[in-house]
Amino acid sequence: MNCIVIDDEKMARVIIKTLCEQIKNVNLVEEFSDAIDGIKYLNEHKVDLIFLDIHMPNFTGLDFIKTLKDPPKVIFTTTDSKFALEAFEFDFIVDYLLKPIALERFEKAIEKAQKAIDVPKIEVQSKAPEEVKNDFYVNIDRRLIKINLPSIYLIEAKGDYINIKTEEKNYIVHSTLKKIEEKLPESLFLKVHRSYIINLKHIIDIEDNSVLIKKDVIPVSRSNRPELMKRLDLL
Amino acid sequence: MEKPNLNYIDQLARGDQSIRDTLIKVIIDEFPEEKKDYFGSVKLNDFKIIASNVHRIKHKFSILGLEKSYKEAEKLEHLLSEGSTNEVLKVEFENTLTEITKYLKTI
Repeated sequence: MNCIVIDDEKMARVIIKTLCEQIKNVNLVEEFSDAIDGIKYLNEHKVDLIFLDIHMPNFTGLDFIKTLKDPPKVIFTTTDSKFALEAFEFDFIVDYLLKPIALERFEKAIEKAQKAIDVPKIEVQSKAPEEVKNDFYVNIDRRLIKINLPSIYLIEAKGDYINIKTEEKNYIVHSTLKKIEEKLPESLFLKVHRSYIINLKHIIDIEDNSVLIKKDVIPVSRSNRPELMKRLDLL
Repeated sequence: MEKPNLNYIDQLARGDQSIRDTLIKVIIDEFPEEKKDYFGSVKLNDFKIIASNVHRIKHKFSILGLEKSYKEAEKLEHLLSEGSTNEVLKVEFENTLTEITKYLKTI
């Protein structure tokens, strides 16, 4: 069983490493003090199990698991029992270990993880690839105007209107973000804030709570950040 | 006042001296940094950052068998994360930091 540990505290990582070394067939392949580094690693490597701290600065373990595209099994390691209920909402969470972790309890958690990994995976018929539309029409002053979808880089809510910003010009349309969101290809667009939908292809850079699209700095709400991180092709 | 001990580390090491030494070394290296971060955040008076530092340090309390101090630290962390504090808990927490600092010099 190949595992990684993500915990900002070195002592916690060393303890997990020590515990793993005492159990047969458990191979700790990497350790990360930062959740973002863990995401980058998982984008390129497959593991069976993650030991994940919940309380980390900047990016919590709960934020982290929401970014996982094809999640391996996860064991939470934490000093707080208060997140247990929330953690078990995800079916790939197999256990919740309270620190300091005793060997006997750790062994039980590994057994649970092994059982969960051994359950034969039900083949799920893959979804047909999304048919990507290239353009759509908006009604402005009784005229139907064609807008090229990939050229849209930002859509912002403005009261009863939305402002559709494209590389060529901006269009003010009487509509809501919710309505237009339904018409946009999911592969290209993401709602990052209650007032903003962005085209992922036009992102220039990302900071903690904002993205830069062309010259616009757009806020990213905390609840949408994990989805944004998931959709990025992180190196 | 409770005294720190290495019972948990000894349980983990299961008689392997090199594992015991590794774990002790990590505590000796990491604790002063965490303590420095804590006092740095106290100077800034930023309750959220102080809470985060208390959170990290309290794990060391539990590793060193300081169960009562751990529970008090947990209360302090909770208050701080809610935007308040308690002077008695703060003093107790800082006394425990001093106690651990002294203890780490003896092992």
